[in-house]
Amino acid sequence: MLKISNLHASVEEKTIIKGLDLEIGPGEVHAIMGPNGAGKSTLGYVLSGRDGYEVSDGTVELNGKDLLDLDVEERAREGLFLAFQYPVEIPGVSNMEFMKESVNAMREQRGEEPLTAAEFLKKAKEACKQVQLPLDFLKRGVNEGFSGGEKKRNEIMQMILLEPSLCILDESDSGLDVDALQVVADGVNSQRNDKRSFIVVTHYQRLLDYIKPDFVHILADGKIVKSGDASLALEVEKNGYAFLGKKYEESEA
Amino acid sequence: MSEQIDQALSRKYDAGFYSEIESETFENGLDESVIRRISEMKGEPEWMLEWRLKAYNAWLQMEEPEWAHVEYPKVDFQAISYYSAPKSMKDKPKSLDEVDPELLRTYEKLGIPLHEQEMLAGVAVDAVFDSVSVVTTFREKLEEAGVIFCPISEAVHKYPELIKKYLGSVVPRTDNFYAALNGAVFTDGSFVFIPKGVRCPMELSTYFRINEQNTGQFERTLIVAEEGSYVSYLEGCTAPQRDENQLHAAVVELVAMDDAQIKYSTVQNWYPGDEDGKGGIYNFVTKRGICHTNAKISWTQVETGSSVTWKYPSCVLKGDNSVGEFYSVALTRGRQQADTGTKMIHLGKNTRSTIISKGISAGKSNNAYRGLVQMGPRADGARNFTECDSLLIGDQCGAHTFPYIESRNPTAIVEHEATTSKVSDEQLFLCQQRGLDAEKAVSMIVNGFCKEVFKELPMEFAVEAGKLLEISLEGSVG
Repeated sequence: MLKISNLHASVEEKTIIKGLDLEIGPGEVHAIMGPNGAGKSTLGYVLSGRDGYEVSDGTVELNGKDLLDLDVEERAREGLFLAFQYPVEIPGVSNMEFMKESVNAMREQRGEEPLTAAEFLKKAKEACKQVQLPLDFLKRGVNEGFSGGEKKRNEIMQMILLEPSLCILDESDSGLDVDALQVVADGVNSQRNDKRSFIVVTHYQRLLDYIKPDFVHILADGKIVKSGDASLALEVEKNGYAFLGKKYEESEA
Repeated sequence: MSEQIDQALSRKYDAGFYSEIESETFENGLDESVIRRISEMKGEPEWMLEWRLKAYNAWLQMEEPEWAHVEYPKVDFQAISYYSAPKSMKDKPKSLDEVDPELLRTYEKLGIPLHEQEMLAGVAVDAVFDSVSVVTTFREKLEEAGVIFCPISEAVHKYPELIKKYLGSVVPRTDNFYAALNGAVFTDGSFVFIPKGVRCPMELSTYFRINEQNTGQFERTLIVAEEGSYVSYLEGCTAPQRDENQLHAAVVELVAMDDAQIKYSTVQNWYPGDEDGKGGIYNFVTKRGICHTNAKISWTQVETGSSVTWKYPSCVLKGDNSVGEFYSVALTRGRQQADTGTKMIHLGKNTRSTIISKGISAGKSNNAYRGLVQMGPRADGARNFTECDSLLIGDQCGAHTFPYIESRNPTAIVEHEATTSKVSDEQLFLCQQRGLDAEKAVSMIVNGFCKEVFKELPMEFAVEAGKLLEISLEGSVG
């Protein structure tokens, strides 16, 4: 479903991704770990097409389509979802109207009728419950005054509503206590099925106790340097990134 | 992103068409004889002419104000025609059936059908075309409630005592350069009178349309709400797309007697000029209301048009416990310039005022908020709260805030909050990542920013205002 070949990308003329290859099949969960500055967040931004992230070489295909050829919103409508590490606030725009527009943009892409306000509200309420956010969050401005944990749960709620085919979770665990982590993980796990794939970007192994990955990749200096199953994450937890060589030894695991 | 923003300027102006209507238009120029001719065209009584001439003589002595944060070539007052009216209006049509269908079509195209059965239920309209009022709807229904809603030129004949008493009572002829000019040459506008204790049964609205080339529009609106009455009034404005600048210098006076309430809303969409700043309306307007005891005046404005705006709807809080409110959204793009805000003059005890101003600047425009809060020596316990927010789209526009606070009463409380923010790349990216295109994203962010003001608009128009912003921002991102 996703095929990344020899990807090179730069930000402000600094090359961050340096020849990355990754193939993800339908329904698979891939964790990407790595030391600080390895290019983990950059990968999410490059795949979603953020302005300022220039691809200099390589190809990315999503469900057989050339992803790099599409605008940000077109990629989103093709089913790519990025859960932000630090989602931004949009004051005065309610979560409800924001998500309704968003869901209907996806439906339009799929050739479906837009949801009416009542139909949407029903779905939104369910999603809200699933991530244990009070219903009044639907009325509040997008991320406006939300705590860190609430913002992350709100991202997962959006993911549930949008039903994407590829979800990229960018450090969705950072800054969460164990309870909040459980809620986020439950939300994600509830969405796992044989068609939907996940890229879980994380610095710590902890999240992977809750979201069991099929594959774990270590990203360092813009490349995947090691791949394995869930046990690789445990190894990193134990020994840090020492195996990467001197350069990363001090980097916390 | 700034590259995308540059395209902001390429938006289309839906109201920019010109109607082929045979008009009687004065040759350009202004002198005493022109004023006499306007007065004669309107068949005015002698006292009205004298009033005009006094205003004219005052104007001759005055100088164009230059303190506003706007730049434009000096207006040549001799290059303007001060009167233009469709020929068909000369015979004063008695009903809609007698009105030139082309005129009606013009309003229909603007989304203002004038046939009562087609109109928004509950809204009465006075349609002013260049220098004359074309039609005023629902007059009979309003008359049943004792409400007077008619062209001001007609009120001069029918209600001379009211006009003599109130015209110029809030904005004197000599108030300022443009008010004096308006006093001399005003041609039409609306007159509203709500008798004691009456709650006006409908929304009243006036729709101003400039059509003819090189003409100025100088309308005058006077609203008098007697003791304990209530009225909600809305004005809308558009003009054809032209390369020359046109002048619009209006005066609006509101009188709220004891316990009366006036809600005055404006959706202003004059032609703003093209992306290089060519053409567009100069909107130099004086709006002021006076509140007697326990009265309340609320100004709500959504301003998206005009090439240059100079406008400060104000409240004189004369009576004790009176309330003044000003809610404003001003959007500038292209080369538009706006210097707008309000004056809250607290004279009575326990008077209260609220100012919520939202300025949005895009393109290469400049948007200034200028507001005065004045607490008089008698204004014990008076309070003001001001919130002044600016939103910048792109990196070539400007937002400015000029607050003036004068307090001569130690018990008065004045609060002022101001913020400046940008539509950030991150906000845009979040929206796009959720499948919204950039244009939709910007309009959503801007609508959110304006929410506090939109909720003050009458229901029917809040939606319109949102749409207007959407159209105004069309093409603002690529």
